[in-house]
Amino acid sequence: MNKEELAAQRAEQWRENLRKSKKAKERTDIPRVKMTELDPAYRVTNREEVNRGLTPEQAVLEATRCLDCVEPLCMTGCPVGINIPKFIKNIERGDFLSAARTLKETSALPAVCGRVCPQERQCESKCFYLQKLKKEPIAIGYLERFAADYEQASGEVALPEMEPDNGIKIAVVGSGPCGLSFAGDMAKRGYRVTVFEALHEIGGVLKYGIPEFRLPNRIVDVEIDSLRRMGVEFVTDCIVGKTLSYDDLHEMGFKGILVASGAGLPRFMNIPGENLNGVMSSNEYLTRVNLMDAANPESDTPVYKGHRVAVIGGGNTAMDSVRTARRLGADRAMIVYRRSEAEMPARQEEVHHAKQEGVEFLTLHNPIEYIGDERGRVRQMKLQKMELGEPDASGRRSPVPVPGAIETIDVDEVIVSVGVSPNPLVPNAIDGLEVTPKGTIVVNADTLQSSIPDIYAGGDIVRGGATVILAMGDGRRAAAAMHEALQKQQGA
Amino acid sequence: MNKIVAKEHFSEKVVKLVVEAPLIARARKAGHFVIVRVGEKGERIPLTIASADVEAGTITLVVQAVGKSSAKLCALNPGDYITDVVGPLGKATHIERFGTVVCCGGGVGCAPLLPIVEAMKAAGNRVITVLAARTKELIILEEQMRKYSDEVIVMTDDGSYGQKGLVTQGVEEVIKREKVDLCVTIGPAVMMKFVSLLTQKYNIPTVASLNTIMVDGTGMCGACRITVGGKTRFVCIDGPEFDAHQVNFDELLMRLSSYKDVE
Ligand SMILES: Cc1cc2nc3c(=O)[nH]c(=O)nc-3n(C[C@H](O)[C@H](O)[C@H](O)COP(=O)(O)OP(=O)(O)OC[C@H]3O[C@@H](n4cnc5c(N)ncnc54)[C@H](O)[C@@H]3O)c2cc1C
Ligand SMILES: Cc1cc2nc3c(=O)[nH]c(=O)nc-3n(C[C@H](O)[C@H](O)[C@H](O)COP(=O)(O)OP(=O)(O)OC[C@H]3O[C@@H](n4cnc5c(N)ncnc54)[C@H](O)[C@@H]3O)c2cc1C
Ligand code: SF4
Ligand code: FES
Repeated sequence: MNKEELAAQRAEQWRENLRKSKKAKERTDIPRVKMTELDPAYRVTNREEVNRGLTPEQAVLEATRCLDCVEPLCMTGCPVGINIPKFIKNIERGDFLSAARTLKETSALPAVCGRVCPQERQCESKCFYLQKLKKEPIAIGYLERFAADYEQASGEVALPEMEPDNGIKIAVVGSGPCGLSFAGDMAKRGYRVTVFEALHEIGGVLKYGIPEFRLPNRIVDVEIDSLRRMGVEFVTDCIVGKTLSYDDLHEMGFKGILVASGAGLPRFMNIPGENLNGVMSSNEYLTRVNLMDAANPESDTPVYKGHRVAVIGGGNTAMDSVRTARRLGADRAMIVYRRSEAEMPARQEEVHHAKQEGVEFLTLHNPIEYIGDERGRVRQMKLQKMELGEPDASGRRSPVPVPGAIETIDVDEVIVSVGVSPNPLVPNAIDGLEVTPKGTIVVNADTLQSSIPDIYAGGDIVRGGATVILAMGDGRRAAAAMHEALQKQQGA
Repeated sequence: MNKIVAKEHFSEKVVKLVVEAPLIARARKAGHFVIVRVGEKGERIPLTIASADVEAGTITLVVQAVGKSSAKLCALNPGDYITDVVGPLGKATHIERFGTVVCCGGGVGCAPLLPIVEAMKAAGNRVITVLAARTKELIILEEQMRKYSDEVIVMTDDGSYGQKGLVTQGVEEVIKREKVDLCVTIGPAVMMKFVSLLTQKYNIPTVASLNTIMVDGTGMCGACRITVGGKTRFVCIDGPEFDAHQVNFDELLMRLSSYKDVE
């Protein structure tokens, strides 16, 4: 959206009136809303969602704080440029459905992003309140979730207006946020979209990775349902590059392909003892619990329920794993992270929630060895203490070992969560598809077209491990670009 | 959902299932496997594709009931559906004309061995198959193996059928008798370990197909990881076949018992 459009929308009468209805001082005096959360002692006994959402009254009051800035700084922090003041002002005037629709102009998955975006590093970090007033920013994430949930609960999730069927078949590889948002946009434009998913469930990381207590499955299912109603077909248990080749997709008549296969490969640290029983990747742990429901006694899939669990890493995946471990009964659940807390890539809220739930943080510690018993089960970990040295390439201060400072801690389960690499399955299976040395697919930065003209790619397979909102944004941009290219072809 | 179209009992605990899976039938090669799941609460378990019929659009699985999930699958009947079947997974077996190939399978390793025997024969190799089991009833697929082997040697621990002795004795007998260019071994980890030690002694290149615990089968979880040549490899994408002389079989043995106390 350009500046003129933004300004014109801001100048609409209802927004004028709303701005005039209260003095700035009245707005800035309101304290930031507090999210209602389940009590930590209770929530570690189950998988219910921790954040309960705002009531309409809370949402309206929080929306009232927003100053509807002439130059909304918040928008500069949003990776996809959501019209933030417009949706917030719709909440203030009580038109929650319009707020949801405003969100959907830009974001395909607001109910998801409202829950999982690192707002404290995006929109909220740029908010006028924080930047200029040195006050707590508007709770943009909570408001986004509120509007999206309201729409979902109202049963009035409007299907977008659909262009007539144009008969052109489009294939999507992977059903994570990138694939889903692309599918929606293409279906809307009249294409016949088929989404191929390797696993037996649709949703990618939203289903197998992010736990129920943070992102309930039903939230994702509503979105998948809407896509089904829009005519999108889902084929599970189908691996492109294995079950179907690139040539097969052509033979089946697909005219465009989006590769949104994610960054699914877990990294390990290659230290002694890492293959002991009880040491596993966070992907394995979370997949067992989330996708296979292994904590449920009725499920055939087993999972360790360690009493002293160490999770290695400081990202969202690490927080999700350690909080899951607490819920599966760990008395001692530890985060082991080689830098300090300030460098942790996890969302602030997850760190905060983990602490409330009794998770210990061993920052500036790095595992160097795991020790097992005679049956090959992990029993101890050796940690090297670290201190912060000079900033590295990523701008973060790199940790260096403190000579001789080694500590041994008893553990019976270790979850390694030190990052993921792109899934090489698709790149390996398609001759001539250009990839970087890291294994991500090379695309044109604007159109997301790969080195093979009818293949586009987005999300983690292009960015390495990134975020839901970026994957979603990629899906939408790829859809726009592919549509344009296909129209040109039709015209020619 | 994949329909079972035929079922045959090879023994009390071993069944052959013919399953509708047209896309997999078309794409699969010898050595590939599938992951199946029975029921909405079911576990994902890996099974080798024993053979495929592209025309009929079916694949054949040979399943030995060893635990809950395999027993559930074995209990299904023609007309029933398997909740999920995904594949073909893994790397296909490297097939070429090596000369003389000894294929040895123990226990349920015989099922995944069959397609390799077949492909090795088709590539023009002299194929000698050694089948081993504790006792006569557990020897499976002998008839099918004979179809593609120049010779089949049967070994039983108790001597109730074929020769009395371990699989290694059968293999060594062949090695002493003639020049062997390649050995392929599939079976319990202990068996593969000893076959590998034997062929190392005689300097015979050996391929072992590893049967680690798996979850997704696409490289996503690392449950299937194992040390080969000092490096961690994922059996589902880098394997399942590896140079046996490089495999850390003791680690494999240990990792297979991973969930023993949990299940
Ligand atoms: C535990 C965890 C917590 C996270 N928390 C957050 C968070 O709080 N906030 C945030 O913004 N981000 C978070 N992320 C990151 C975020 O989830 C990802 O960046 C995002 O999901 C990437 O989306 P995607 O569509 O590119 O891929 P994915 O969501 O990874 O989906 C890819 C899908 O493609 C399928 N697939 C792969 N290969 C094939 C093939 N050959 N054929 C068919 N299908 C295939 C996969 O099975 C998968 O379902 C988290 C990630 C994890 C793992
Ligand atoms: C690539 C690959 C191909 C395979 N092909 C076949 C096949 O064609 N036919 C077939 O019957 N089986 C095959 N297997 C083995 C099969 O996957 C396991 O038998 C099955 O997962 C066991 O599940 P369960 O729940 O029935 O038994 P569980 O309850 O999990 O285990 C029961 C007992 O079997 C042991 N066990 C578990 N998993 C294995 C394993 N992978 N190997 C050896 N012992 C194990 C356990 O330690 C336990 O003692 C294959 C495995 C792999 C990795
Ligand atoms: S910067 Fe803050 S106050 Fe200004 S429009 Fe955005 S959310 Fe509202
Ligand atoms: S089974 Fe998950 S990575 Fe191999």
